[in-house]
Amino acid sequence: MGPRNFPFQMSIALKIKNISKSFPGVLANDNIDINIPEATIHAIVGENGAGKSTLMKIIYGMIQPDSGTIEVFNKEQKFNSPKEAINSGIGMVHQHFMLADNLTVLENVVLGLENASLKPINKKKYNDEIESISKKYGMPLDSKITIDDLGVGEKQRVEIIKVLYRGAKILILDEPTAVLVPQEVNELFENLRSLKKEGVTIIFISHKLDEVLEIADGVSVMRGGKHVGTVESSNVSKPDLAEMMIGKSLPKPPKRDTSASKSICLEVKGLNGEVLDSKAPFSDINFKVKKGEILGIAGVEGNGQRELTEAILGVYPIESGQISLNNKDINDLETRTRRSLGVSYIPEDRQSQGLVMDSSLIENAMLGRQTKERYRTKFYNINYKNSKSFSEEIINNYDVRTPGSATLALALSGGNQQKFVVGRELNDEPNLLIASQPTRGIDIGAQALIWEKLRDARDSGLGVLLISADLEELLGLSDRLLVIYEGKIVKELLPKEATPEVLGAYMTGLEQ
Amino acid sequence: MIKYTTKILSFLTPLIALSTAVLICSFILNLIDQDPVETFKSMWEYGITGKSLVSILNRSVPLYISAVAVAVGFKMGLFNIGVEGQYLLGALLAAAFGSYMSLPPVLHVLLILVMASVSAGLWAAIAGYLKVKKGIHEVISTIMLNYIGTGTVAYLLAQVFFEKDEGDSLKVPQTNYLPESAMIPPLNKMLGIEDLPDLHGFLIGAIFIGVFYYWLIWKTSLGFDLRATGSNPVAAKFSGADPGRLIILAMVISGSIAGFVGMSGLTGYYHRYTIDFPSGLGFAGIGVALLGRNHPIGMALGAILISFLERSSQILDLKDVPKEIERIMQGIIILTVVVGYEIVRRFVLTQQIKEASKEVLDE
Repeated sequence: MGPRNFPFQMSIALKIKNISKSFPGVLANDNIDINIPEATIHAIVGENGAGKSTLMKIIYGMIQPDSGTIEVFNKEQKFNSPKEAINSGIGMVHQHFMLADNLTVLENVVLGLENASLKPINKKKYNDEIESISKKYGMPLDSKITIDDLGVGEKQRVEIIKVLYRGAKILILDEPTAVLVPQEVNELFENLRSLKKEGVTIIFISHKLDEVLEIADGVSVMRGGKHVGTVESSNVSKPDLAEMMIGKSLPKPPKRDTSASKSICLEVKGLNGEVLDSKAPFSDINFKVKKGEILGIAGVEGNGQRELTEAILGVYPIESGQISLNNKDINDLETRTRRSLGVSYIPEDRQSQGLVMDSSLIENAMLGRQTKERYRTKFYNINYKNSKSFSEEIINNYDVRTPGSATLALALSGGNQQKFVVGRELNDEPNLLIASQPTRGIDIGAQALIWEKLRDARDSGLGVLLISADLEELLGLSDRLLVIYEGKIVKELLPKEATPEVLGAYMTGLEQ
Repeated sequence: MIKYTTKILSFLTPLIALSTAVLICSFILNLIDQDPVETFKSMWEYGITGKSLVSILNRSVPLYISAVAVAVGFKMGLFNIGVEGQYLLGALLAAAFGSYMSLPPVLHVLLILVMASVSAGLWAAIAGYLKVKKGIHEVISTIMLNYIGTGTVAYLLAQVFFEKDEGDSLKVPQTNYLPESAMIPPLNKMLGIEDLPDLHGFLIGAIFIGVFYYWLIWKTSLGFDLRATGSNPVAAKFSGADPGRLIILAMVISGSIAGFVGMSGLTGYYHRYTIDFPSGLGFAGIGVALLGRNHPIGMALGAILISFLERSSQILDLKDVPKEIERIMQGIIILTVVVGYEIVRRFVLTQQIKEASKEVLDE
């Protein structure tokens, strides 16, 4: 691991050539071609679902591409496991740390290096080696401290040293700043710069454009599984990057005139979420959803929109403020009561939040409405007959491809699962629909059907709160748009005045 | 198509598993120079005598109730290991207070049952409360509560409820006998089998408990919530289920059912609580719940099977076969059945996925 003190030498450390990878119903990586020069910090940016993490997993050997190759230091490599990637000098620091909290720094660094045996661990040797690495790269660390006693930034440093100790010359950092406070971010950036000086190539995955422009030399942008382009950070402005990231293609779902009525369906006043990790995920939220209107909320993921929808449903606790449904205060009501008042919810993750995967569609049809009158009978509390006919109604009306209603939810493809969830939430005379990423990760056919159904529901007078990372979907479906940034509503727009450039500027905090 | 294969499989699996277990046990018997055919034959012959059948049913009742108590927890992903302490505590309190009271017959029995159930339920509630409020895992807390419970039972029995007899200082600690009004008569007369030993009347109670369990878990919205929380807590929460309340409720229901475990013995045979009151039934119930896959009828068959093995193995002493082979058999049967069902579950799953993907391709 000799130091390579040639920051200006532009030899290529990592060459990604025509990488493609698809999962059932999704093309996660579409012919990706990226070159990463040695001893630079190269950022890969894109929204969630853009395909960044799939690409990184391929580079790190966690998954194998359908086609395409990877060259590491001009040598073609095919990794079947992370171990092989590590042996070729690639290391990865995951967003969620993979450390044993009850062991010391030293023990964590050497964990897995030796085969289990009765031989005592040569702590002196390891200690010296770790010390020399931490000195060389300017990352001070006491190797005798237990991980439990370290702060988040220091834990991350341990992860980096762990990877360097295994001889990594290419370092992948997956959203490294997501868990850090600003001072720690500065420290991390200092460390990264000195790593670069020592010849380490760093791949920095992020969706925070300010940070990317501050630390990276080159930036590759991904969108919808495609590599949109690579630019030098010194030659690019934040709005340009935002536009590349979010895209400026025209909205797909054809517009229809608004059918909003005067009466208010949902009103949120001065809503503040309970503090989580020393920060309220959203604060001072005010908006109204009218009947027959789709109100879209645009925002880069992780800006409080998820917690906001959960607060309306009564799952996330609020600090203060008021939520009313059809002019009735529902603040103090439990989730179950809100559900029975007709609050429907399409969760962003159907498998973990919207379905009981190992139960039949008949039982899943009842989920969220198990206390409703129509699923009850006089003696038997649950009416399977009505639930069965309801599930079959969904299957027919929403074109759910399944052998029958007794099939387990997990046997269906993602798109069909999603159609079932959407059908369940829409086909039950709701008073309000909260739709969170309603078409994420599904095929185009299912997407078109869900868009159609959402618009039909709006036309027939339903109020819809739509949260989406897909700007085409937002611009095409919404009657009005709000932009959320760092937990605050920063702008209200009409879809016709909202170009992707304007939206991008507000979504990334460029304009307030 | 799938439906039929699934049904046939769920019938065949236990049979295949049992045969496998018999084969393995035969092999072991061979190893210790015993004739497996002879051994199984004598066990079977002894096990199906009228006397044995009554004894098997009497053993099955508490085992079954214990399994149901465990299964209520399993259904929502809770592991109630505390059935042991819960039923012993319930039985002692019911025996002690039941012996002090004089009430009309049916009422007296009911009161004893309620007392056992409520005290066991409250004891189990502690574990639920600790999990919800303090995040303590129910396995840890119920194990600890078992120690505390059995210790408390021993203390109460020896120091509080035991009336020492001046004349007989060697008497073991025990509560007073229940009055006749608190006993459940045997079913022999009703069934016309008066020549056989007593078939304890609480068998009917066990059937009620099985029906109640089925109704609760599969027919009520509370049961729906429990099952949904058991297999996907997040989705259940979004559907409006309150996880904290459900955990406490499930523990209380599980404990309340556990309270009945000792009732068959107390009201039908012992009529008092002594230091040799049957223990260990709480742990045995876990195996039966696994064997019966938390199904009300499956667990009944499991309880009968285990009781059959225990009873029929008594003959082995006379045949000079080590009785411990029965323990080995129990373990092997539980293992083969659990493994068998897992294989079937995976098979059915792949079949379902295949059929569902065919559906997509067809159109």
